[in-house]
Amino acid sequence: MRFLTCMPRVLLLAFLSFQSLSLSANELVVGLAAPITSLDPHYHNLTPNISVAKQVFEPLFLTDAFQNLKPGLAESWRNIDPLTYEIKLRKGVKWHDGSPFVAEDVLASFKRIPDVPNSPASFALYVRQITEATAPDAHTLILKTAKPYTGLIRDLNSAQIVPKAVAESAKTEDFNSGKAMIGTGPYKFVEYKPGDRVVFARNDEYWGGKGDWTTVQMRMIANNAARVAALLAGDLQMIENVPTPDVKRLSSNKDLAIAQAVSNRIIYLHMDSNRTKNSPFVRTADGKPMEEANPLTDPRVRRAISKAMNRDVIVERIMETVAVPAGQLIAEQFFGTSKNLPVEKYDPEGAKKLLAEAGYPNGFQLTLHAPNNRYINDEKIAQAVAQFLTRVGIVTKLETMPSNIFFSRGSKLEFSFMLAGWASESGDPSSPLRSLLGTYDATTGTGAANRGRFSSPELDALTTDAMIEIDEAKRGAKLALASEKAIELMGIVPLHYEVSVWGTRANLTYAARADQYTLAHEVKIKK
Amino acid sequence: MFVFIMRRLSQTAVVLLVTSLLVFAGLFVVGDPVEILISPDADQIERERARVALGLDKPGWMQYLLFLKNALSGDLGKSFVYGRPALEVIFERMPATLELATVAMLISILVGIPLGLYAGLKPDSKISKAIMAISIVGFSLPTFWVGLMLIMLFAVQLGWLPSTGRGPTTEFLGMKLSIVHWDGLKYAILPGINLALFKLSLIIRLTRAQVRENVLLDYIRFARAKGLRKSRILGVHLLKNIMIPLVTVIGLELGSVIAFAIVTESIFAWPGMGKLVIDSIFQLDRPVVVAYLMITVLMFVVINLVIDILYSVLDPRVRLSAAKN
Repeated sequence: MRFLTCMPRVLLLAFLSFQSLSLSANELVVGLAAPITSLDPHYHNLTPNISVAKQVFEPLFLTDAFQNLKPGLAESWRNIDPLTYEIKLRKGVKWHDGSPFVAEDVLASFKRIPDVPNSPASFALYVRQITEATAPDAHTLILKTAKPYTGLIRDLNSAQIVPKAVAESAKTEDFNSGKAMIGTGPYKFVEYKPGDRVVFARNDEYWGGKGDWTTVQMRMIANNAARVAALLAGDLQMIENVPTPDVKRLSSNKDLAIAQAVSNRIIYLHMDSNRTKNSPFVRTADGKPMEEANPLTDPRVRRAISKAMNRDVIVERIMETVAVPAGQLIAEQFFGTSKNLPVEKYDPEGAKKLLAEAGYPNGFQLTLHAPNNRYINDEKIAQAVAQFLTRVGIVTKLETMPSNIFFSRGSKLEFSFMLAGWASESGDPSSPLRSLLGTYDATTGTGAANRGRFSSPELDALTTDAMIEIDEAKRGAKLALASEKAIELMGIVPLHYEVSVWGTRANLTYAARADQYTLAHEVKIKK
Repeated sequence: MFVFIMRRLSQTAVVLLVTSLLVFAGLFVVGDPVEILISPDADQIERERARVALGLDKPGWMQYLLFLKNALSGDLGKSFVYGRPALEVIFERMPATLELATVAMLISILVGIPLGLYAGLKPDSKISKAIMAISIVGFSLPTFWVGLMLIMLFAVQLGWLPSTGRGPTTEFLGMKLSIVHWDGLKYAILPGINLALFKLSLIIRLTRAQVRENVLLDYIRFARAKGLRKSRILGVHLLKNIMIPLVTVIGLELGSVIAFAIVTESIFAWPGMGKLVIDSIFQLDRPVVVAYLMITVLMFVVINLVIDILYSVLDPRVRLSAAKN
């Protein structure tokens, strides 16, 4: 795409002015980066699906660009006691078919969520903590949990609300055909062509005010180059996931604008903390199996790995500055993060010293496993990581593979050292603390994604303590404390936070979102 | 003829069985679909629920036997990803792929054969040399690069044609087609050319070689000596004789255009089967991949059968019973 820069400007401008005439001023055409698998908002817990569903449906609370709660269908909530939540619903909200929105709709939606047949990834976990849900009047909800659980309100953000009649009878097919696509959101459903596009029309009655677009088309263009080309050609007014090499070029084009924000996803290194010896891909410095010990369980070795990482180089060279070096589990702008966790400085000498202290003055050998089609530039980052480690004496080989193989093998604990990413749907550190760093325990549901089986009773206690704290401010402080512990123990080695990037025509603005959703309602025409 | 067709069909059944077993086993080895489909946030309870919901909690051999049992009654299983019958998901995308294949094959045949004839009849003219040079380029350039260049030139710079996507569709003979109107057809031109380029070059070169070989043969000389019109020699005698290898190649290429238009479909965001199958492989959506490959096998078998029948029409020396050997 390099030759774009030398494209005859006059031609391009002439063409663009022609295009803007031919497009209706009030139609927004967006290029999505991934196809959706269904329109049913309760069928498949997948970012593209949720993003598209959110044009039509809404959860109880909305979130701002950094996933802080703001009133939506629900106006407020409070704890009556640690086990009971009272949620006040907004009055005067209408469904797209004109009927009024009431508490019964919410109850019916919560009932449908765990009960969608054939769902490959359901939203059940977000409502599982609710043991009893009642509606004393049309605009009040009472939710009870079996044990104190303060993640509930944020969890409910993933539960889209549908009308009672739809919740009780509609099947996934009815959403795909459009019959059941009745929401309260800013846009109404018009048409769905699988693998191609979804079309919406404005909901003029929307309680949050009318959007800027009479119609919205969301087209699925997974190929990065094709999506950028379609934006340049004027066929699209907005695209998701601008590839990192194109960000600079697009932002220097005066017909286009870039919107970017740090995302809730961290890229990190995960180490085998499960085996005390004979970790499958750890070898002594001269290549023999390590039968006595597993160096990766030693906090000094893990700290040394962190010190060996030159995060600035990764961000500047590989990510072309479209990323932020990471010092904790989720970027500082989010709720519950610590102010005392600066990014670890690149310190190869310090790393060597720590390795020597831990009893590995000559280092050891390691194989890093990484996916090659899952995260932005994942393979290149893994190459850099392997080189950084080799430089301090941990001779590292790299093996990359498609994500479908990587995650299956990772979950079978076949690896010693992995590069992976984690997006915190909760918008705070609670999600990585529980799923990624919590002790693996099927009964409590913690550590489900803990492929290194890191386990620290001390950290688990801090996390649990934060999860039962009702007071929001105190909860934030406790989450920060747990984050500090996690980094002190080096449960994972943070590398960087991904940045989400949207490209738009110059006359549009979009408040870039950390949760990576593309919400047509938030796309505004510059006045 | 009837015996011939029946024999072919029974062979097909064996091929289908082997294909399904290979694909099934292959995907089983690659990985666990639940790991890919599940939300990373999911806890162990939810992972187990998904495994049971998709029928993946049973041992592999039992999953295969269940699949076979259902397949015999025409049910190739429900897609893990879409939760709908795999065949339905595939057939929904089929019209898009078929029309793209049609456009590409029409371009290759209608442009390729005349150019090939010209180059074969006048091998020394400058135009012929230019045609041959271009065909080499068409052969050697990678499809994805040509596709991007076409978008850059005709959509971004000149703005003549839309860059990506499929145009508005209209109901035609029970299928939703986009190419029966100009509004939709203009979306199919760039991907059509992109997909056709390789076949076009192939057909040009093959036609030329056949023509060069045949014009020297006795029957052409005899026809000339008899004083037949040039157009008749060309259009009836020569064309009929060079058609046999051409039909074979065109037939097989048609199959590959339909089954493997993946690169073109992804670059042009064309919502066809190729894109579907690639997505399905990444998501380990086994029912869709198995069903897709079985359809592909079936399609190739049918195309080959049609080719064999066409042979006997084009060349009276060929008898279908000879295919027994």
